[in-house]
Amino acid sequence: MTDPQSVPGAPAIEVHDLTVAYRTQPVLWDVDLQLPEGRLIAIVGPNGAGKSTLLKAMLGLVTPVTGWVQIFGEPYARRRSWVGYVPQRESVDWDFPTSALDVVTMGLYGRIGWLRRPQKHHRETALACLEKVGMADFARRQISQLSGGQQQRVFLARALAQDARLYLMDEPFAGVDATTERAILALLQELRATGRTVVAVHHDLQTVAEYFDHVALLNMRLVAAGPVATTFTAENLQRTYGGRLTVLTQATEALLQKRTAEIPPDLGVKPAGGTPWT
Amino acid sequence: MNPTLVILLVACSVAASCALLGSFLVLRKMALLGDAISHAVLPGIVLAFLFTGSRAALPMVIGAGVLGVVTVLLVEMFNRSRRLREDASIGVVFPALFSLGVILISRYASQVDLDLDCVLYGEIAYAPWDVLTFAGREVGPKALWVTGGVLLFNLALVGTLWKELQLSTFDAGLAATLGFSPVALHYLLMSAVSVTVVGSFESVGAILVVALLVVPPATAWLLTERLEHMVGLAILLGIVSALGGYAFARWWDASIAGAMAMVAGLLFFAALLLAPGHGLLARLLTLRRMGGRLSGQLLLLHLQKGGAVVPAALLERRFGWSRRRLEKVLAPLRSNRLVEVDGDGLHLTESGAKVLESTGRAQLAHKL
Amino acid sequence: MDLSFGLSYTARNVLIGATLLGALGGLMGSFALLRRQSLLGDALAHAALPGVCLGFLLTGSKAPLPLFAGALVAGLLGALLILTTVRWSRLTEDAAIGIVLSVFFGCGIVLLTHIQKLPGGNQSGLDKYLFGQAATLVVEDLVVMAVLGGIVALAVLAFYKELKLLAFDPGFGASLGLPMKRLEVLLTLLLVVVVVVGLQTVGVVLIVATLITPAAAARQWTDRLGSMVLLAAAIGALAGVAGSLASAVVPRLPTGPVIVLVSSCVLLTSLLFAPRRGLLQAFLRERAVGARIRRENLLKDLYLQGERSGSWTEAISWTHLMGVRGQGSRELDHTARALADEGLVERTDDSLRLTPDGLCAAESMVRKHRLWEVYLTRRLELPSDHVHRDAEAMEHALTDRAVEALDALLDFPATDPHGRAIPRRRAA
Repeated sequence: MTDPQSVPGAPAIEVHDLTVAYRTQPVLWDVDLQLPEGRLIAIVGPNGAGKSTLLKAMLGLVTPVTGWVQIFGEPYARRRSWVGYVPQRESVDWDFPTSALDVVTMGLYGRIGWLRRPQKHHRETALACLEKVGMADFARRQISQLSGGQQQRVFLARALAQDARLYLMDEPFAGVDATTERAILALLQELRATGRTVVAVHHDLQTVAEYFDHVALLNMRLVAAGPVATTFTAENLQRTYGGRLTVLTQATEALLQKRTAEIPPDLGVKPAGGTPWT
Repeated sequence: MNPTLVILLVACSVAASCALLGSFLVLRKMALLGDAISHAVLPGIVLAFLFTGSRAALPMVIGAGVLGVVTVLLVEMFNRSRRLREDASIGVVFPALFSLGVILISRYASQVDLDLDCVLYGEIAYAPWDVLTFAGREVGPKALWVTGGVLLFNLALVGTLWKELQLSTFDAGLAATLGFSPVALHYLLMSAVSVTVVGSFESVGAILVVALLVVPPATAWLLTERLEHMVGLAILLGIVSALGGYAFARWWDASIAGAMAMVAGLLFFAALLLAPGHGLLARLLTLRRMGGRLSGQLLLLHLQKGGAVVPAALLERRFGWSRRRLEKVLAPLRSNRLVEVDGDGLHLTESGAKVLESTGRAQLAHKL
Repeated sequence: MDLSFGLSYTARNVLIGATLLGALGGLMGSFALLRRQSLLGDALAHAALPGVCLGFLLTGSKAPLPLFAGALVAGLLGALLILTTVRWSRLTEDAAIGIVLSVFFGCGIVLLTHIQKLPGGNQSGLDKYLFGQAATLVVEDLVVMAVLGGIVALAVLAFYKELKLLAFDPGFGASLGLPMKRLEVLLTLLLVVVVVVGLQTVGVVLIVATLITPAAAARQWTDRLGSMVLLAAAIGALAGVAGSLASAVVPRLPTGPVIVLVSSCVLLTSLLFAPRRGLLQAFLRERAVGARIRRENLLKDLYLQGERSGSWTEAISWTHLMGVRGQGSRELDHTARALADEGLVERTDDSLRLTPDGLCAAESMVRKHRLWEVYLTRRLELPSDHVHRDAEAMEHALTDRAVEALDALLDFPATDPHGRAIPRRRAA
């Protein structure tokens, strides 16, 4: 992916000194984060940790109190066409009178431009994207007649239509069936194989290590970020979830123990950047 | 009886009735259902006219009550069929019923003694002249009897069911488990609203009754925290609107009911701006104060991250602040000796580092 | 060309005005409906009244343009106030709409009654804005309506795909870099224009119905936004035509309310009879499913009785079958008749008997039930006395393919958790 505009060596996303407040209540507090290109990256943390807010701040959908975000070395406004977005499935009204194909075509609206209608080749592109998520047979279906997993795949297809280098996804695995989960995973791996970067808010601790390369642990502040092997550790999870570690199931604990056993102790836990308060 | 006194008494009892029930409507987020009922009772009133051929109060109340319940039922039916959302259900039901009423009035104008414009804004100025006769004797203005009766009915209803209404308004689920049926209470409340609307119809009309149902309780909610205070204040505000509206209408030669709505609106917008705690101004001030505290914490944090001495110019650039803003944020930090100025730069003091640590723990504790 | 359609000058104006308004209302109402802002139009209409009156007071003229301008400004101010109240106070949207609607209307009534008492004010004709008096439409009004309507339609056409995104997923639109806030302002502005256009014809009180009712009706017939918008405009126009013609023919029949009633009737018809979304069809579907379940249950009851007595060729009495599920004789008779028509049972006056085909069908039901019970106890480790009710529901839903897969998954069990034999599959 050599692009004349690309800033050489710039990370996919760089977040610097980011503080976001809703009214007067800080939601994200002084987050510093660099995410590498070409990886699958999970953002993990308890409810209300500011995961979605971080994603929205990266997209310029919320205005930070301080700090900035750069996408491939430039502000988001100049990198818009490089970024694809998958919002939470519950964020829209699925009873809306529109078809799956129509929704996917929306991913091209930025490229089509003002005052123009989608042409035949746009719809063909959209259909090809639906094909990639295994939903081509449902193109003409009204979206309320799709299952939750199928709706999620339509949202992914819409992001694919954006043909981006970086994908930001808000809980793509939330509430989907096993088939969809496998399909999404295969898609993410295919994206990575073609050099794309995926940043996904993820809530299922059991699958983090299996699905993702990198992880950012967030609880209002950034607790730790880095490769899963060195970052997704029991100690860091304890610091992210605090006393609520009981939310971890036994299965996760077993997985964690296995992992920490594999890692040499001196490579252990080192959060990225200073965390002054712990 | 003095005509002015009659008008004032009628206006006050209408305002008090409406504020009493409206408080629950506003808290239950059903203000628009009240609006819908106030329109939809019209065909009930007209049909009562047509069947009895008189302006007798009881058939009118029954007709309106039935239509009020029909409205609520229809809205809920559409809603539950999941073909229409609640806002749309309301938006299609009441215009249809209101249209029916208007058509009936137009078609049978000779038999129905109702002026179309009065349907919308009533004519309270005529209240003293329509006198009720009972057993051959005049017993005072009819409107006074009707609105007074409605007020007593509402007071009795809310007084008896206060506990149940309070509970089902704030926690319908809990109310149901304790054995109070929220559905029954809901319909009871809506029937009471219908009766109140019809009682107020001739005085203030279909739309201005909405002003009295919604505006004083909404104003009161901006000013109080407890239900009993809110209801009391809403009634007071309703009465003030009634009196103020009457005075304005006399002075400017305009509709009394319209002026009542206008005064209620003025009171609302004053509260929206100035209410302590919930007003725009108070919120803005808190926002600035809290924003200042947030900025202060951010500044301390960055001084710590930056190490020994951080140049002020660098901080300005990083935060996008002007020199004046920086000074403003710095002033309390400096007077508390959390930050010291060192030439062109700033650095954190020991007590500053301590404060930072404790706020950080507090922040984190808040999250966990 | 003769545009009078054999109508009087007034009736023709009413016809044109009402049709135009109906189409515009349906167009903009579709967006309001989908954005769950059905009652915003109502508030905007009521809020426009003081604007109209102020326009008259300030210019002293009844010319449409100053009145339109006043209404436009007041309507937008109302929208702004609703937004501010919801955003910055603890009040919810319903209260904010109720407040703006009634307070602005009250101010309008104050101004209106004041104007009427001014010398010459009685002739202002402003009260036609309350219920609308389509009969007062003159050609000049129609021209203004047509021009404004044309602008609205053009704007929707030009920004169609952006407005669609605004209605469906504004967050995604913003991530694409589209100015969603400005589009929202545009949409509100267009809504206010349509409301103001309709004031004279339908009046402030009923205008919400020209927006929402046709759109709600159209939604029942189609699953595409484009066809919904066009259909809503068509229904609105149709209601306009019907309303204006009815009021032209029948004396003392006001146009606005008739338009509202016509579109309400269209809505009711749509809710009941539209294919797929129609309530009637949903009801019929539900009944058909209920009838099928009763048939399948009866077959199973016959099988179980035969299993107990050791013979499936014996006739089983009505009274016994009525006792099994406590159902009435009429319901049972109905179900039995349907099974007899399919050749699955033989029916006499007081008993029923399974035919060979019926036995086959009954075995298949029992098989589904018992296999599911095995699945629940073995795979999900539920206690065997807790699985019957679940299986009772699943036996009607499992497909043949799923049953065979289930059989193989469980390694072809011979008995259910209660020790009863699971019937084997037989060639039909």
